Amino acid sequence: MSAATIPVLAIDDLVVEIGGNRIVDHVSLSVGSGRILAIVGESGCGKSLTALSVLGLLPRAARVAGGEIRLNGRDLLPLGEDALSDVRGNEATIIFQEPVASLNPLMRVGEQVEEALRLHRGLSPTAAREEAIAMMTRVGIPDAARRARQYPFELSGGMCQRIMIASALICRPALLIADEPTTALDVTIQAQILELMRDLRGDVGTAIVLITHDMGVVADLADDVCVMYGGRVVESGSVEATFASPRHPYTKLLLATIPTLHGRRKTTLRTIEGMVPSADSWPDGCRFRTRCPLADEACREVPHLADVGHNHAAACWHTARVEALA
Amino acid sequence: MTAEALLQVRDLKVHFKLRRGVGTPGGVVKAVDGVSFDLAAGRTLALVGESGCGKSTTAYAVIGLEQPTGGKVLFDGRDITHLRGADRAHLARDIQIVFQDPSAALNPKMSIADSVAEPLAIAGWTRNDRRKRIAELLDRVGLPATFAERLPSALSGGQRQRVVIARALALSPRLLILDEPVSALDVSIRSQVLNLLLELQRDLALAYLFISHDLSVVRHIADEAIVLYLGSVMERGPIDLMFEAPQHPYTKALLSAIPLPDPVQQRQREKIILTGDLPSPLAPPPGCPFISRCPTRVETCATARPELRPTISATEAACFLTR
Repeated sequence: MSAATIPVLAIDDLVVEIGGNRIVDHVSLSVGSGRILAIVGESGCGKSLTALSVLGLLPRAARVAGGEIRLNGRDLLPLGEDALSDVRGNEATIIFQEPVASLNPLMRVGEQVEEALRLHRGLSPTAAREEAIAMMTRVGIPDAARRARQYPFELSGGMCQRIMIASALICRPALLIADEPTTALDVTIQAQILELMRDLRGDVGTAIVLITHDMGVVADLADDVCVMYGGRVVESGSVEATFASPRHPYTKLLLATIPTLHGRRKTTLRTIEGMVPSADSWPDGCRFRTRCPLADEACREVPHLADVGHNHAAACWHTARVEALA
Repeated sequence: MTAEALLQVRDLKVHFKLRRGVGTPGGVVKAVDGVSFDLAAGRTLALVGESGCGKSTTAYAVIGLEQPTGGKVLFDGRDITHLRGADRAHLARDIQIVFQDPSAALNPKMSIADSVAEPLAIAGWTRNDRRKRIAELLDRVGLPATFAERLPSALSGGQRQRVVIARALALSPRLLILDEPVSALDVSIRSQVLNLLLELQRDLALAYLFISHDLSVVRHIADEAIVLYLGSVMERGPIDLMFEAPQHPYTKALLSAIPLPDPVQQRQREKIILTGDLPSPLAPPPGCPFISRCPTRVETCATARPELRPTISATEAACFLTR
C-alpha cells in the first residue's frame, strides 16, 4: 500500500471486554485524511468505548481483548503509557460532550490551549501564547487575547467547546475524535459548532471521528457513517447511500422513528419494539433479531458485514428485504 | 379569552432577586417576563426555546413550584396563582407533571406498584381500590402487570418513563405538564413514548403543556407553540404556520438550526447561523431581547421593546420588522 492510501485511522477486528462481556465485538472501521466518519448508535452500543480504545483511555474495568488500531500505519495497542502520551494531544486528540467539565476550572483557558504545544513541541511560552491566540481566533473566539486570560466559568458552554476544539487542534493532529461534541449545547450554538467543524476540516486536514446519537448531526457533517448496535457495526457506508437506502433493518427503522418536519402531525410514529438490550442480555446470532420484524431462523447465526453496493455494507441476512420495510 | 380554555395564563412574571455577593453583582433576573396563553382540554401547547429562556420556569409557576411575581394563572376559571397548603395539594388531582429523567423521578427502593399508588394512598384510596387502579394504570401505559412488584432498577429508561406517566395519571388529572419527557430516552424508544402520549390525549382529552428543545418532536405532538427568548415571547401561533412560515427572526434561526436527518436536504438548505451567545439574563439588552444576535435588527430595536402583533402568516410575533 502506498503512503497516500494508508488511512489515518484503521481499526481492525477490535474486541473490548468488560467483566467477560464483549462490549465491542470485532469492530472494523477506517477514516482517511480530511474525512469525517460518524459512529452512530444508542446508549450501550459500544461507540464511545471504540473511540476511547484508540487513545488508550478505556475505563479501568474494560480491556482490549483483540484486534488492531493503526494510526497512520502504526499499531497503537502495543504502545506503553509513555509512548501513548506522546500520541495523545499531539497526533490524535479527543473532545467530549461536556466542555465545561473537560476544562480545568483553575487554569486560564489560554494556558489550556497552549499546554499541548509546550508539552509536545517544546515551544517557548511567548511563541506558544501567540499560536494559542491565533488558534482561538481561528475557532471563532472574539477578542481572543483577552479571553485567553479568563477562566472556564467566565465563558459560555459554546465558547468552552470552542476552547476544547482549539486545544485539540493546536498541534495539527492527524486525528480528532469528537464524542457527542454538540449534545450538551443549545441548538443555535450547536449550529455554530457544526459550521466550525465543517470549516476546519478543510484547512487542518485532520481526520475526524464523530460519535453521536443524532442522525441529523450525521447528515449535516459526516462523509461516512458506521451504525453500531449491540457492540457491532451493523451498517457502514457513505452518508448519502446509507440515508438514501439503508440496508440494515435497524438503520432503516431508526430513521423512520424520527418525526420529520413535513410529515403528518399527531400520527402514530413508527416504533422499534422492545428496548435497547444491555450487554449481559444480548441474544446470540444477530443482536437486533429480538426487535427485528424481519428476523427468522437464519438470524440465529451471526451475519457479517457484506457489501451491498459501492462503499456500502450491511450485516444482515435479509438486506434485500429491508427496502420493503415500511 | 376563549370560554373553553382549561388553563389561562395572563401576563405571567417570575422575577428572581439576586443578592450581591462574591462574583455576583446582584440585580433582578426576569426569568419569565409577561407570558400569556390559553390551553384547552385535549390540546397541546409547546413552550420552545433554548436554555434560560424561561420555558421550565413558566411551567413551574403554573403548578406553584415557583412563585409568580406578577400575572395570573387560572385553572378551570379559578385563580390558582397563589394557592398554598391544602388548596395547592388538592390541585394535584387535576394538574400533574412529568420530568425529563424518569430514574430521578422514581424512588429506587419503592416497587413500581408503590410508586404508582402513592398519589392514591395520599388521596385516601383503600388498599383494594388501589390494587385495581394500579393494574388499570399499568395496562393503560402499556406495561405488563408483572412489573408491579419490580424495582425501578429492573426497568429500562423507556419503561420507567411509562411508570412515571402512570403515576401522573393515577388521580385522573386534566392537565399534564411534560417537561422534556423524551429527551433522556434512546432514539429507538422515543417514538414509543410519544405514541403513548398521543394515545392518552386522544382517549382522555388531556391538555398537555409540553416543554421541549427538540423542535421535530414539538411539531409532531403540539397544536400550538410559544417561542421564548430570555423570558419573553418572541412568536406564538398554530404549529403548522409556525413551522411553514415563521415570521420572527429568532424562530427562523431556531428552525434552521435543527439538523435534518437527510443529508441531501440538510446540505442544500439555507442555514441561518446566529452569531454570539445568549446574553446574560442579568443584563438583558434594552429594547428587543433578541437584538444582540438578530441578523435583521434596525435602530428602533435598541430603544423600544416590540409587542406581540399579528403577522401575515397568522402567527403573532414580537418584532418591528415582521409584517
